[in-house]
Amino acid sequence: MLQKVFYIFIKIAVLFLLGLNVRRKELLPDTGPAIIVANHNSHLDTMVLMALMPLDRLKDIKPVAAADYFFSTPKMEWISEHVLGIIPVERSGAKKSVDPLQGCYGALEQNKVLILFPEGSRGEPEKMIDLKKGVSYIAERFPDVPVVPVFTHGLGKALPRGSWLLVPFFCDIFVGDAFNWTGDRASFMITLQERFQTLSKEKNFASWE
Amino acid sequence: MTSFHWAIAGIWGLLIVASIIVFTISKRSAKDVSELVQRTQSWWVMIGIFTVAFLVNPVISIIVFGLISFLALKEYFSMIPTRRADRRVLLWAYLSIPIQYFWVYDSYYGMFAVFIPVYMFLFLPFASLISQQTDGFLKSVGTLNWGLMLCVFSISHAAFLITLPPVTDGGAGGPGLLLFLVFLTQFNDVAQYTWGKMFGRHKIIPGVSPNKTWEGFLGGVGTTFVLAVLTAPLVTPFSLAHAAAIGLIIPVAGFVGDVTVSALKRDLGVKDTGSLIPGHGGILDRIDSLTFTAAIFFHFTRFFFY
Repeated sequence: MLQKVFYIFIKIAVLFLLGLNVRRKELLPDTGPAIIVANHNSHLDTMVLMALMPLDRLKDIKPVAAADYFFSTPKMEWISEHVLGIIPVERSGAKKSVDPLQGCYGALEQNKVLILFPEGSRGEPEKMIDLKKGVSYIAERFPDVPVVPVFTHGLGKALPRGSWLLVPFFCDIFVGDAFNWTGDRASFMITLQERFQTLSKEKNFASWE
Repeated sequence: MTSFHWAIAGIWGLLIVASIIVFTISKRSAKDVSELVQRTQSWWVMIGIFTVAFLVNPVISIIVFGLISFLALKEYFSMIPTRRADRRVLLWAYLSIPIQYFWVYDSYYGMFAVFIPVYMFLFLPFASLISQQTDGFLKSVGTLNWGLMLCVFSISHAAFLITLPPVTDGGAGGPGLLLFLVFLTQFNDVAQYTWGKMFGRHKIIPGVSPNKTWEGFLGGVGTTFVLAVLTAPLVTPFSLAHAAAIGLIIPVAGFVGDVTVSALKRDLGVKDTGSLIPGHGGILDRIDSLTFTAAIFFHFTRFFFY
């Protein structure tokens, strides 16, 4: 309920302040199990991907995010869990006895849709960095679950890391074809990397210095 | 019904006839005409929005033009190279939109005419230098100012028309002038496109816009001229001479606005300025001609009648 109300506001803000140019929205899965893999430039990434989903599907869409950031204080923890529906992942691997991806496995078993940002950090806006391999462990364990690459551009310009000032920009969301587990982790990561490459070349983006 | 209402009814009549023609073509033609159909559907939406704005209240029209400026400026900022250091400056530029349209609402001509070209153009470079990043400063200032000029200052002239009182008793006044400007500008776009598609042979400015032809340009100018002379008595205080002059100025200025935005797009290597209006591209693709015709038409009218 709270989540729905929150995302109604987000949907309006995204529509009016940003404005999205979504290519192939029909390829975006709203029923699980499925894994959406996106590049990461801004806190808006999650908001926008969630805003593209139908309201009554939101409870089954689970963004995966860093426990050290989103679960750092009790307040943040409550918002992350109840409003954003985040699955926490330990980035530092503090508790070695537990698989940090356990939460992701559990969610996929319950037919949820995961939203993963394998860059691991928003980093420099509008620049992609090497992908973390966590996603390949998940795909290996669930070889039949479709992996959908999504490339976004502009959100890092609208709200980059280190700023709370939202500046309106039109943003591009390019959804790619789903693919499955490729047989081994190295080739899976290469395939994922290539999918992002292809999507990012669909348009000449304005430079951002 | 006043003549103003008849004019709006006439536009709907044209739209319906055009839609029937497009529908017939789409049924008979073997070629893919989905873009043409999309374009026509978008015209229904756009003309619908304008009709409601015109008939309800001038304030609604002013707000609609303010929103058009916002969307156009957002499109412009999204497609040009920008600097991260200028994020705040872009926000200031956006903020000039409600202020500029407030002067319109207030009919405060003196401030309306200078706010952007004097105050904003002086303030934005200052706002930009505060970040102390001088790399790309000149380019940044130039591009931001031109964006405000095209998307906000020019377009706000169209909105200012609606605040003008009738020249004669019972005249259509501001709303009539605005309707005349927007209708002729947009009709001219369609006319130049259609003439060009049907008879276009000789390229007019191939380095900028390879699809534009002399046949399209001259056909459009001729059609718009005839239409201007025929419709001016309905909604404007123009005499035959005024109508004839503006019937030439609008199509020529519209063409220049169109190719100016084309040159910009070509420089940036993009086909459309956006994807907001299905079949047309972005909002700047739709109002490119208006960025030139609005200010010129406004001052033509002001010079002779206000």
